Amino acid sequence: MTNDIRHAGPLQVVIGGEAGQGLVTIGELLARSLVRAGHHVLATQSYMSRIRGGHNTFSIRAGGAPAAAPREAIDLLVALNDETIRLHRRELTPLGLVVADEKAAIEGVPVLKVPFERLAAKTSVNMAAFGIAGAVLGLERTNLERAMADFFGGKQVEAMVENCRAVANAYTWIDAQPVTFKKLAAPPPPPQARIMINGNEAIALGALNAGAKFCAFYPMTPATTVPLTLIEYAERMGMVVEQAEDEIAAINMAIGASFAGAPAMTATAGGGFALMVESVSLAGMTETPIVIVVAQRPVPATGLPTRTEQADLEFVLHAGHGEFPRAILTPGSVEECFELAGKAFGLADRYQGPVFLLTDQFLADTYRDIIPFNLEPPPIAPLPSECPMLPYKRYALTETGVSPRLIPGLSPQLVVADSDEHAEDGHITEDLEVRRLMVEKRLRKMAGIKAEVSPPVFQGDNNPDLLLVSWGSSQGAVGEAAAALRAGGTRTGALHFPQVWPLIPSHFIDYLNSARAVVAVEGNAMGQFARLIRRETGFHIQNLVLRYDGLPFTPEYILRRLSHGTTA
Amino acid sequence: MEQQRERSVVLEDYGEYETAWCPGCGNFGILKALKQALVACRLPPQAVLFVSGIGQAAKAPHYLNANLFNGLHGRALPVATGAKLANSRLTVIVESGDGCTYGEGGNHFLSAIRRNINVTLLVHNNQVYGLTKGQASPTSTEGFVTKAQPDGVHAQAFNPVAVAVAMKAGFVARSFSGMTDHLVATIQAGIAHPGFALVDILQPCISFNTVNTFKWYKERCRDVAPDHDPSDWNAAFKLAFQWEEGIPIGVIYKNDRAPFESHFPACAQGPLAGRAVDKEALQRIVMSYA
Repeated sequence: MTNDIRHAGPLQVVIGGEAGQGLVTIGELLARSLVRAGHHVLATQSYMSRIRGGHNTFSIRAGGAPAAAPREAIDLLVALNDETIRLHRRELTPLGLVVADEKAAIEGVPVLKVPFERLAAKTSVNMAAFGIAGAVLGLERTNLERAMADFFGGKQVEAMVENCRAVANAYTWIDAQPVTFKKLAAPPPPPQARIMINGNEAIALGALNAGAKFCAFYPMTPATTVPLTLIEYAERMGMVVEQAEDEIAAINMAIGASFAGAPAMTATAGGGFALMVESVSLAGMTETPIVIVVAQRPVPATGLPTRTEQADLEFVLHAGHGEFPRAILTPGSVEECFELAGKAFGLADRYQGPVFLLTDQFLADTYRDIIPFNLEPPPIAPLPSECPMLPYKRYALTETGVSPRLIPGLSPQLVVADSDEHAEDGHITEDLEVRRLMVEKRLRKMAGIKAEVSPPVFQGDNNPDLLLVSWGSSQGAVGEAAAALRAGGTRTGALHFPQVWPLIPSHFIDYLNSARAVVAVEGNAMGQFARLIRRETGFHIQNLVLRYDGLPFTPEYILRRLSHGTTA
Repeated sequence: MEQQRERSVVLEDYGEYETAWCPGCGNFGILKALKQALVACRLPPQAVLFVSGIGQAAKAPHYLNANLFNGLHGRALPVATGAKLANSRLTVIVESGDGCTYGEGGNHFLSAIRRNINVTLLVHNNQVYGLTKGQASPTSTEGFVTKAQPDGVHAQAFNPVAVAVAMKAGFVARSFSGMTDHLVATIQAGIAHPGFALVDILQPCISFNTVNTFKWYKERCRDVAPDHDPSDWNAAFKLAFQWEEGIPIGVIYKNDRAPFESHFPACAQGPLAGRAVDKEALQRIVMSYA
């Protein structure tokens, strides 16, 4: 048997099996081992909404150059059950390889049949598979063992012994096989230590770096790992994280904590956010800073809990009764998750209202290897205990619309906030002239928010034949599709929006006007961002590449759609 | 702030304001007693945060000097919980009505009891909706006739005291807006209790409740027996169900469960506001992802 994995570019490794087989553990360990060996990785998860059974995959794209999106073709398929082979055999590249149990019913594809039962105790079979995958990919065994030691810690000594034995047996077994594998080309030594982290973890660390001190949440996939990450570090970072009785309580707790001076946030998915909407308006009216992470999944209603989509843009844009300023940040990468989480806290603090981080399951669960975050940006500044203008008025009418905030209990002044229309002192009023002035004051803050908008990021050819427009997590796949088109001779540009509200037309209208054809690439069925651009600029993006089957964009998907024609 | 705590607190600190209530409303008695209780607790207005919802009762904190977050209908308790966690040194008092607290905010009421957050909940319970002009509330008696329930209320009245006792809330008391001294003492005991404290305050609504009038309450409200032991859960539970035959007022039940905020290490270090970020610790956390 000879099986070579010959690839110039990155390899796509897919581990597939049922929930409960430990495939995520294999995936995380393998990805981390690859990063430590100097490879770049992009790891994505596709899982069903169940704890046991079903069909799940953990995919790792690994190579000497950074990858921005998952690929569809599979070079190495680690099949923990027969169904994985059945579902994915057609995605194998011509030189791809399947790793499966020796009893697996499989023919017609190159397969490495492994006697897992002989290599490992029952509870460590997944670690034997990890060992086989590591050996096939040419990783040093010590690298795998180090990753296991870090992952399992000192807590599970017996399991650790079994796991190490399984990996050692896997390497010994591979050495005895009459096969040679072309291993992953040895990468150049990494310029500096890299970390491997996913989008939700990056949001949590970005929030901590900005000074977040309070988070209340109600569990909902795919947002939950944001608060779970915060909980892990809460004590060390002096933060309070509370699981509320429902999403309504979660956002109201965060608003209460924020009013009392704690930089505060909540995180949820579309359905949970629907319950929070009333209090988005409350934050707008009481001018209370709050960061709201909305991690999208396919909707309406319960939708597909563990898949991805970008269909809540219009919802988040319009959520909340009445007119008040907001900002919506849409990170396109793990790095932007960190950076924009920090920016969200700054904006919420400076403009005293709701700021959204709109992400999705794909980005939430995608691991990337990156240069460790820059922690230099200072946290949001503490509020003063006294106000220069006395008597203190919480809602003093100012030119910028921003009124001086003091913290109740930490100032000699009394602080009054009201969801009713209120006078400058915060107390309820039905004076209709005051009402008019307060509406205008609140909306004046929009000018400040506009001055701080993160402009869209353009990459590629100027005056292109084709301009691909994206927001949020589609950035990576769009960038790779654009690169492929350029390589094929099409002058192509890619325009990524890390912030979708407010929009500043002068930031991007020239890109739209100077392209021969413009295509919006969005993970929804109605082209919501294209409609928003038309509303704000009059520019009609005629062509749409949409995806709403619950899966993330891949470069292949975008290229297929472009070649088959797009809908408008 | 510490100096202010030292200075004696007087009624004038809490001010006197014009209200939007009907003349003769039970809210006046509650507002008066509340100010006296705050003075008796020697709490300056700066040390107190009121959180209220929506309803005639929820306007009460607008009529005194204190910090105030007047939020949404039903949502006062979670706001108060967040504020107390953010600054456990604040005295946090939630003030709202029966509809806001037991209807719209029912889940938050149950959860606040479970947490035992150190917040005092004052419920102006007039058994009817005043702000929206006379519909039934969760505490309206079965059969109570309104424009919205012309055949009488078909649902059983919610018994907040029984529910709170059943759930072993930290402090459960009932009082009556027409008995100022009793109400002052009860609110004072609620504020002093280090844990969640419910004070369900019966009050007449002179405009929309012609059944449960001042006279009706006055005839029924009587102090709990001096030998009642509020730590005796079984005895408290029995008291909680007495109503038509005589409504026990006073401290029905209490226990010494640790307040919710005491479980958070971050709260022990004082207010969460203005805290620095330990960048070295965060750097170590970031590098743990290597």
